[in-house]
Amino acid sequence: MLEYVYAFLTGGILCVIAQFLIDKTKLTPARILVTYVVSGVFLTAVGLYKPLVEFAGCGATTPLTGFGYSIAEGVRKAIDENGLIGALTGGLTATSAGITAAICFSFFAALFFKSKPKK
Amino acid sequence: MQRGILYPSRKVFVQSSASVVGGHEMKGPLASCFDIHDDKDEFGADTWEKSESEMQRLALNCAISKLGIKDTDIGALFAGDLLNQCAGSNFGLLEFDIPYLGLYGACSTAAEGLVIATLVSGSGYMDRCACVSSSHNCAAERQFRYPIEYGGQRTPTSQWTVTGSGAFIIGKDDIICEGDNQSGAVEISDVMIGRTLDYGITDANNMGAAMAPAAADTLRRYFYESGREPESFGLIVTGDLGFEGSKILRELMKTEGYPIYANHVDCGLLIYNREEQDKHAGGSGCGCSAVTVASYIIDLLRCGKVQDALFVGTGALMSPTSTNQGGSIPGIGHLVHFISHKRDV
Amino acid sequence: MNLSKQTYKKYAEATAEKTPCLKNCIKAFLIGGFICTLAQGFFNLYKYLGIEEETVKSLVPVTLIFIAVLLTGLDIFDDIAKHAGAGTLVPITGFANAVASPAIDTKAEGFILGVGAKIFTIAGSVILYGILSGAIYGVIYYIVKLIMG
Repeated sequence: MLEYVYAFLTGGILCVIAQFLIDKTKLTPARILVTYVVSGVFLTAVGLYKPLVEFAGCGATTPLTGFGYSIAEGVRKAIDENGLIGALTGGLTATSAGITAAICFSFFAALFFKSKPKK
Repeated sequence: MQRGILYPSRKVFVQSSASVVGGHEMKGPLASCFDIHDDKDEFGADTWEKSESEMQRLALNCAISKLGIKDTDIGALFAGDLLNQCAGSNFGLLEFDIPYLGLYGACSTAAEGLVIATLVSGSGYMDRCACVSSSHNCAAERQFRYPIEYGGQRTPTSQWTVTGSGAFIIGKDDIICEGDNQSGAVEISDVMIGRTLDYGITDANNMGAAMAPAAADTLRRYFYESGREPESFGLIVTGDLGFEGSKILRELMKTEGYPIYANHVDCGLLIYNREEQDKHAGGSGCGCSAVTVASYIIDLLRCGKVQDALFVGTGALMSPTSTNQGGSIPGIGHLVHFISHKRDV
Repeated sequence: MNLSKQTYKKYAEATAEKTPCLKNCIKAFLIGGFICTLAQGFFNLYKYLGIEEETVKSLVPVTLIFIAVLLTGLDIFDDIAKHAGAGTLVPITGFANAVASPAIDTKAEGFILGVGAKIFTIAGSVILYGILSGAIYGVIYYIVKLIMG
């Protein structure tokens, strides 16, 4: 049960930081997303993000910082296994399921749905 | 060199006007004033850009049929919209046999069209001109902001692009629509072309603030040159300054010595129940002032409830490219002075 | 008007209605937290079903992406996001919406020059800078590993 609480709190706090930045600094949502992914890579590289993932589970992997974490972890593993080429292969390999899913589902969404006026 | 108030060399009247709107506008307080509407905003077309074209066609068709004339009875057509290359007007007005000039004045296009139509019919070149302008919320969102289904949050200063098109037929005779004996003629006595002013506003979500100085500039020049006080006009109507821009305009006019608190209204604030419909700072877009003036304001003048009105059509001359490049947003405001010939109310 | 650009810009910003930051943050916290809790729920469910943990790690984001794309197509996502703000933007749902919404929107321009060309107009920068920073990290990691032996 406690893991749900940790996931909720960690995920919630990561969202609040982004909301605060959007409201107070005029950073556009697109910039926030980029900042989060790059921060995720950086925090993983310096060894800070993995403990957070172990603590909060999906609370740390679901936000976009977790996307950065997957990229960095993938790169590190690929380099350990295959050497320098891993810097090129690791990132996309680790996130391939998510990116491919987003592309494919979105294509089918484009096939079957039409945009409707905002409510 | 005449660059202030321009008086047509002969009398010019608004012979007919028509408005076409979408669903959000029909939920607003002016719903009963509009001629044609589609609650789904589609107007039978399969893309939003085609819907916008269709709105223009419907608006001009409606204005023409109210007068009982043919398209060949109109000397020239001035039309514009918010889409790239004025596609809305170019395609929407294809079927009319009227010599055509495309306009771009951002949200000021309705006023720009009225100014040109007044000067051309007033000059004697032709007896009758038409002007049309439109905006479509979905088409504008796609072009200027994000995809329609993109989940974003709007800031309190942002404005809602009106889905609507307004058409006016301007001519030298004060013809009144058939079967209508309650109405009086509405004259356009004079107009003033606005100056582009850039006060360095870069926030595309605060267009009211970008346009307010231009509206204030036009009004100040008008009051100064005409020597009339703001209170002597029945109404001072601005295009789409919204809540933010209206607030700033009233402040600016007070510091200029021409307070307009008593009789200023803004189409962006008139068209929606701002709070209830969650429209933040109010409506905007070419359609905003076009449909409000073509319906509500002209109605007020025709029935004589308002004896004369100054209409300042405001425009934020932004482009997504210049905004992305960090550019600021220049504003503009064109003025049209309406006079009601209806008396004894 | 005797008003400098700087003065006017400051005045316009000062007079502008402020974003309700506290209210937005609370909503972002609750909805963002809920999405992460839901993810944890799927995680435990898949593990309970006996799926291998490495697969589950990919399957959970895929599930969330599916839900977000579906809600985008059904015209529901933007209504939630209007309130949630960063609460739906920051989780992987925001990425999915950023891919799905231009795809649906640009169908009008055809499947090649519309959907195909525009699908990453918003999410492209996330992939670019994510992968780029990952590759840079990889090179640094490789060099450090060489030096440290």
